Amino acid sequence: MNIVALLVAAKDETQTPSKFWPEGYELLFGVPASIIIFSLLWWKAGPLVKKAMAARTAKIQAELDAGVAARTAADVDALAIREAKGDIETERARILAEARSTAAFVLEDGRTRLAAELVEVEAKADADIQAARNRSGDELRAEIARLSTAAVDHVVTGSLDDATHQELIELFIQKVGAAR
Amino acid sequence: MKDNRIEGYARGLFEIARAEGTLDEVEDELFRFARNYESSDSLRTALTDEQIPAGKRQAIVEDLLGGKATSTTTQLVSMVVGSGRGRDLPAIIDTLVARASASKNLAVAEVRTAVPLTSDQQTRLAAALVNATGKQVNMKVIVDPSVIGGVVATVGDTVIDGSVRTRIEQLKSRL
Repeated sequence: MNIVALLVAAKDETQTPSKFWPEGYELLFGVPASIIIFSLLWWKAGPLVKKAMAARTAKIQAELDAGVAARTAADVDALAIREAKGDIETERARILAEARSTAAFVLEDGRTRLAAELVEVEAKADADIQAARNRSGDELRAEIARLSTAAVDHVVTGSLDDATHQELIELFIQKVGAAR
Repeated sequence: MKDNRIEGYARGLFEIARAEGTLDEVEDELFRFARNYESSDSLRTALTDEQIPAGKRQAIVEDLLGGKATSTTTQLVSMVVGSGRGRDLPAIIDTLVARASASKNLAVAEVRTAVPLTSDQQTRLAAALVNATGKQVNMKVIVDPSVIGGVVATVGDTVIDGSVRTRIEQLKSRL
């Protein structure tokens, strides 16, 4: 109906051609031609386009899937790294605690041993000093005794005259006689 | 065995001296000779040296005692030395002295002094020892310079020491 109207209108040559609408005959041939061309395009190129679109969709889907997989893997790696980091922190803390404990033990042990050695050295030094003092005292006493002994022999034997001998004998006789 | 031999010699000497009727004198001389023998290294060496012939050793004894002791004493010592028992001479003589004293119910009292005792001192000392020990004693006085001064009396196992030597030793020990 519209086409007829258009054809009628086209026959009106007095009418000024539209700026937008083609001429009637153009419409008469152009529309079917366009339909044919589009149909042909739809018929021949449609599957190709459809296939290409499907391939594109599949490719995009694949890329999306790959992205998801990569993200999952990245998440897993991130988790593993976080766990590893946590383990490292724990291990680090354990090692540090152990090192501190060992250092404290070594320090305490060293202090104790040092204190014991100090006491021992002091005791030995005291003993050495005392021994040296005693030795000096003993040597002095021995020297005095030696000199005194020599002096006693000399003095006693030198002072024993005959009167003293007789006196000693008489004293002995008196002592023995009064013994019973 | 050795004790038996010493005892045998002592008994023999004792019987000879008693038979000769000079026991007291011989016993006293032998005792003095034994003490001299103990204190003299050269005498001891001369009378015990096996390299010196027995006759020569006996001649030494006779030279030493001849004219100073009775002939019985000289002959007895000479006999012991000649028989090679010079080393046992002091023990033989001490056993003889003990036997002689025992035969008279006396204990041997050995008295050592630095200087000789007078007869009065000997008498008083013997009486004092009798009083102190309760035994009758046969006192033998030995002049021993090593005593230095005072007296050391030994009666059996009892020693009464009043010597200067012992006092000096005590003093030295204390020093």
